Amino acid sequence: MKGNEAFAEAAIRAGADGYFGYPITPQSEVMEYLMAEKPHERTGMVVLQAESEVAAINMVYGGAACGKRVLTSSSSPGISLKQEGISYIAGAELPCVILNVVRGGPGLGTIQPSQSDYFQSTKGGGHGDYRMIVLAPSSVQEMADFARLGFDLAFKYRNPVLVLSDGAIGQMMEKVELDEQRPRFTEEEIIKNTPWATTGKTKDRERNIITSLDLDSAKQELHNHALQAKYKLMQEQETRFEMISCEDADYLIVAYGTSARISQKAVDLLRAEGIRVGLLRPITLFPFPTEIISKLADQVKGILTVEMSAGQMIEDVKLAVGCRVKVEHFGRMGGIIPSPTEVVEAMKTKIIGG
Amino acid sequence: MAEITKEDIRKPENLIYKKTDLLTDKPLSYCPGCGHGTAHRIVMEVLEEMDIQDKTIGIAPVGCSVLAYEFMNIDMQQAAHGRAPALATAVKRLNPDKFVFTYQGDGDLAAIGTAETIHACNRGENIVIIFINNGIYGMTGGQMAPTTLPGMKSSTSPYGRDVHMMGNPLKMTELVAQLPGTIYVTRQAVHTPANVRKTKKAIRKAFENQKLNKGLSFVEIVSNCNSGWKMNPVQANEWMVENMFPFYPLGDIKVND
Repeated sequence: MKGNEAFAEAAIRAGADGYFGYPITPQSEVMEYLMAEKPHERTGMVVLQAESEVAAINMVYGGAACGKRVLTSSSSPGISLKQEGISYIAGAELPCVILNVVRGGPGLGTIQPSQSDYFQSTKGGGHGDYRMIVLAPSSVQEMADFARLGFDLAFKYRNPVLVLSDGAIGQMMEKVELDEQRPRFTEEEIIKNTPWATTGKTKDRERNIITSLDLDSAKQELHNHALQAKYKLMQEQETRFEMISCEDADYLIVAYGTSARISQKAVDLLRAEGIRVGLLRPITLFPFPTEIISKLADQVKGILTVEMSAGQMIEDVKLAVGCRVKVEHFGRMGGIIPSPTEVVEAMKTKIIGG
Repeated sequence: MAEITKEDIRKPENLIYKKTDLLTDKPLSYCPGCGHGTAHRIVMEVLEEMDIQDKTIGIAPVGCSVLAYEFMNIDMQQAAHGRAPALATAVKRLNPDKFVFTYQGDGDLAAIGTAETIHACNRGENIVIIFINNGIYGMTGGQMAPTTLPGMKSSTSPYGRDVHMMGNPLKMTELVAQLPGTIYVTRQAVHTPANVRKTKKAIRKAFENQKLNKGLSFVEIVSNCNSGWKMNPVQANEWMVENMFPFYPLGDIKVND
């Protein structure tokens, strides 16, 4: 299956109640797949093509506020349009899953893969002090897995979860193992599990209000403190990463998504030359695997970050490392995927010989 | 003869008016004389009379009625500016057995939310849209709205709305009446008891339409903004009758029964 299709199928199987989207390359297969699958007949899931990305993310807000499992997907320019809605969703503490199949920017940019939305994804994007859990798949299998994991984390924390993919992962075809169909929430489960949801005010409870507004500054500050405490908890409990050949590594590459796949090949090539290189692949970009990178900084002589951007994640790596070892960036932009030999060359010139 | 106490007067048989339980006891944040309070009351009275409080989800806008959820004793969601019809679309589609309405002002519905309004209407979402049109941005302090009349003064049209420079007022209600998805489109007012009764009837009809899965009902309420218009409430209502109603004539625009 294509990555985008695997994500769509996994969303149905994760018990999603609703998808709201707007076509944009390179992720239109998500909605196309969903429409073709008639999930309304399979599970009762609603799929709606909205008039814009802005409307789509606000439909997600409305559905999430009812305690439903809802999602949207888009690509970079469309995700920019969704930022207002994402900020409101974070402020109102609503669970949802958002897929960004990143393409090169800025502006209309290109339809080819990129990783230049890292800052937007991990540092806010919209206005206000908020964070999303950001999952970065590097395979079609993870596109599928992160649809369900995304919902589970979103509901655990009442927070939006972003799956930050890219045009390469979204478009490529791989074998994938899909989970069994999970039933959608029943009305009773929604009332029990998400008692805050707007399900209609019954006599036995106060009315439920979903809002991000509180004009009382003291209360708004308390709300912000509560959000920050939640984000700290995510950092303590949800940091995920993969380590490849790091045990004896003298040098380290940090890369996620497509860049991690390229870098893994580069590690093999470098090791074939007798240079002991390891790969640290962050799976969550927020929370960022700061602690393990800090530990590895005591072991290795230098770190290369590989990103399809001008160097964004490198800032988080540098924050983890401080000035202990050299940290350099290598990347391609504008929709170009670096080759493993380019990464090998960058490691040699920027880190080992630099 | 025994003295008549308040308790004597408050006997149920003497009760001629009671605030609906679907309004909270929170004092309204609206200016004295504003139509929002009356509009809130009649929407809530309709929900109470239809006995659908436990099945209703309301969507509050951004604007003067941003805090509508403080006054309406029902489950509510507060939307980003202009996006209420998008929220309502999802809420209704995911909960077809619930009653869903948006309550929006003219800036929210006819400027920043134009796309959401038109497309929700065009899809014929089975919801109710209540549109309060007072021709001005009240909450932000009286700026020009999409519905500000030609020549009308506001803080961003201090010499009057020059339609050549600032464009013409948008008759959103006539516009959505053109769309196949709308089933009932009407324009009402709440400045006199007779008009309040008519508006309440219109809102009741709108929710009955939703009950019958007929499609989208759109109820505009032309209202006053005495603070924004820099008038006292009496003057504002007179000005509304003389100036707003000729441009925004009251009555049903589309009734598909």
